[in-house]
Amino acid sequence: MLASIGVAEIDALFDEIPAHLKSGSLTALGAGLNEMQVARLMRDCAAQDTPLLNFIGAGAYEHHIPAAVWELTTRGEFYSAYTPYQAEASQGTLQVLYEYQTMMASLTGMDVSNASLYDGASGLAEAMLMAVRAHKTSRRILVPATVSPFYRSTAHSIVKLQDIELVEIPYDRTTGTVDMAALAQHAGSDFAALVIPQPNFFGALEDVDALTNWAHANGGLAIALVNPLSLALLKSAGTWGDCPHPTPLPGGEGTNEPLRGAKTFGADIAVGDGQPLGAPLSSGGPYFGFMCCKQALVRQMPGRIIGRTVDLDGKQGFTLTLQAREQHIRRAKATSNICSNQGLMVTAATIFMSLLGQDGLRRVAAASHQNAQRLAELASGIAGVSVAFNAPTFHETVLQLPKPAAEVLANMANTGILGGYDLSADYPELGNALLVCATETKTEEDLQQFVAALQAAIA
Amino acid sequence: MLIFERSHPSRRNAAQAPHAMADVKSIPAALLRQDAPLLPEASEMDVVRHYTNLSQKNFSIDTHFYPLGSCTMKYNPRACNTLAMLPNFLARHPLAPAHTGQGVLACLYDLQEILKEVTGMAGVSLMPMAGAQGEFAGIAMIQAYHASRGDTARTEIIVPDAAHGTNPATAVMCGYKVREIPTNADGDVDLDALRAAVGPQTAGLMLTNPSTLGVFETHIEDIKHIIHNAGGLLYYDGANLNAILGKVKPGDMGFDVIHSNLHKTFATPHGGGGPGAGAVGVAARLLPFLPLPVVAKSPSSVALPSPTGRGVGGEGAGTESTAEYRYLTEADLPLSIGHLSAFTGNIGVLLRAYIYAKMLGADGMHRVAEFATLNANYLMAELQKVGYRIAFPQRRASHEFIVSCKPLKDATGISAMDVAKRLLDKGYHPPTTYFPMLVPECLLIEPTETESKETLDAFVAAMKEIWDEAHATPDLVKGAPYTMPVRRLDDVKAARELDLTWKVAQA
Repeated sequence: MLASIGVAEIDALFDEIPAHLKSGSLTALGAGLNEMQVARLMRDCAAQDTPLLNFIGAGAYEHHIPAAVWELTTRGEFYSAYTPYQAEASQGTLQVLYEYQTMMASLTGMDVSNASLYDGASGLAEAMLMAVRAHKTSRRILVPATVSPFYRSTAHSIVKLQDIELVEIPYDRTTGTVDMAALAQHAGSDFAALVIPQPNFFGALEDVDALTNWAHANGGLAIALVNPLSLALLKSAGTWGDCPHPTPLPGGEGTNEPLRGAKTFGADIAVGDGQPLGAPLSSGGPYFGFMCCKQALVRQMPGRIIGRTVDLDGKQGFTLTLQAREQHIRRAKATSNICSNQGLMVTAATIFMSLLGQDGLRRVAAASHQNAQRLAELASGIAGVSVAFNAPTFHETVLQLPKPAAEVLANMANTGILGGYDLSADYPELGNALLVCATETKTEEDLQQFVAALQAAIA
Repeated sequence: MLIFERSHPSRRNAAQAPHAMADVKSIPAALLRQDAPLLPEASEMDVVRHYTNLSQKNFSIDTHFYPLGSCTMKYNPRACNTLAMLPNFLARHPLAPAHTGQGVLACLYDLQEILKEVTGMAGVSLMPMAGAQGEFAGIAMIQAYHASRGDTARTEIIVPDAAHGTNPATAVMCGYKVREIPTNADGDVDLDALRAAVGPQTAGLMLTNPSTLGVFETHIEDIKHIIHNAGGLLYYDGANLNAILGKVKPGDMGFDVIHSNLHKTFATPHGGGGPGAGAVGVAARLLPFLPLPVVAKSPSSVALPSPTGRGVGGEGAGTESTAEYRYLTEADLPLSIGHLSAFTGNIGVLLRAYIYAKMLGADGMHRVAEFATLNANYLMAELQKVGYRIAFPQRRASHEFIVSCKPLKDATGISAMDVAKRLLDKGYHPPTTYFPMLVPECLLIEPTETESKETLDAFVAAMKEIWDEAHATPDLVKGAPYTMPVRRLDDVKAARELDLTWKVAQA
């Protein structure tokens, strides 16, 4: 090979690099491990991380993942392919993504879906940027305090450099949902969109119809921030409210997109984290962000979008489409800088949704709801413990404790239970408040174990 | 056939979901869904067969040579997947307390240290979830650095015209204006143009080295001086780090901030589009601005003040933790650009990169760049012998190089796209086409270090056949591919008559 190139040694291939810049040996790295050695290392590390019985949700949810999901997803043909730029050689990935877009659009009740973003929080930031582009005149977004504090801080990190202002809307201390009177004070003010979480960070169900109507009546877009699994039970974002948007939705630059077929009510953008659909908890990722919207906004969407078309012989095929929105074509004028997405997680989610189907997904959602209800009922039977809010919930709820949550959690952890998420840092006004979650994975015995541990911890 | 077309009403997998349909009457009817979502009703076997068959319509690294330039499609060792998916790693909740995650945190800490060593940077955050998010983090840190010094007049980021599209798009997301500078005939940055472009408005320069033209930027030290003398910072786009791994460190070249695409250089899977990971590294002066969280290690005997904020589960504010490894939070890094994800980035991807790095070790790390470069230069020499026009024949190839099909097109009418499509019939994934945009009719070819000479020779033979076909039977090449699940697709129809979701009415 060297002879073909015309050099005597490999080092000659690096002769354009100034000699004094070349690095010496990477001594800090040590010698390479063989597979047996690295397996030992990783198994030892994993052994330190024995999981406890988990009642934490707060944006990442433990669900049963059917065995076939990751068996199929880690097939080399999915696992080791890349972005389907060469459509003829990527029909597998492309069809999966088209099926995924169909499922997500249907779950959210929206017209279209993209092929994923990084996660729910960065996806919310992208939805805010999209709303600002679509609205054209305002750079303010109304964000209820019932939106996850993690999402609010992430969105702030991402949108602040474009001079976008996030305005916090307080919550009602009785219901744990958006304070409508406080929101009403923003009527007639300049804002591009209202974020509507469903369920919200407290697990509580917002009055999504009223919130969507309010946003539209006051000239803003409605961004639905939803748990996709909950949508097997809950009203889809595309059917929220009944107040038509006051002005025709902008169609984006140079669009000939007809408004026919576009819904005149419902949320305008639906976004969230797809983790409940087949992604393991994995200490935080990889998960995936999903984004769906009304047809009229499709050219404002960030990320890859797959379309169905035909080949030279008229046969059905799938391809990347509307690429003129994207960075590799539009560069500085792109809708986002996103390039890589979370394709493999979406593959898993598509298989997950296919295996469960509409009935199975509904059973998982309903069982999670029922377990969380039961947990709240059992916990509030303990003297000094009460449910903090009175709004209906999905599969999470806030408990008011007689002692600091951190102390209680530390005690519960000693008995092998992760008792929930301590809200004191994010919502100090709630005092000793604990966010707890129970999904379909919990048995009656698990719930009893939680309650016994909680009782012992506060005794 | 779509999965929806395999659906049969009320067919379901009883084993996959709870047996009972639980009661939801505590949710008000007005909040409940009235219609059923469009999800398939299919058996497990239907689903397994459908997606197995779909997978077989893909080219992938595991099935085909995939020399997609700028994407570093190297083999993804199976051990990385198996070990990153150990049940305890998968089961851990992101907000579980640090003492229940010392294993995974130790791996992440060690990976930070490895990346510091190979890039020559003072600190690393693993949190960005892809290259483009790493770029965002890097430019946001440059912005935060200037802002922290009250230097608010710096409104421009300079980007060479050869850069990936993510570079200018990122600068805009960070609130900057983009100033593009040209490339000279040798593929290097035009230094006179750079000198003319810098000034008190310059916040920084984003540079990929080796560049997307597949050559090492030989004037890197002049560039560094021009940017630093103007008060700007130098950003290293690590898309092509594979070419110099173990040979030269971005930190030694004078870069202030870098990102590394772990799904390229560190062999984590591309997954049909992601997930990736875009770890960022910084010089000492940018340490306070790193994105959160960063993993810290403390002497195991010393009790730490517990972090406030995220991940505190059982050890909230006010108590103390003796965990050896923990995440740094806002309390530790108050000047941080903040969080870029709800939790802690793509941990599963980071574990795969870590396992790969541990298997390579110091010697393996050196060999990556050597064999990647050897393979690229060999392929370049052999394709030149076939007759293909090399874009920069006067230069060494880095880990990739560019063929321009312009002369071939002028002679035969066969374009770079035609060559790419005909390669599919020969059993090869095509190189990157029509990028970088500076070179007409280009193919950007990156063989990677994991391919054998036999594979490269077979690819050259296929390219020779296409060369001959282009001259003898050009219509054959223009009609390609013939052997794939579909022939060339109507992209214009796809964009004009948008069909982005399947609808029941079409059944």
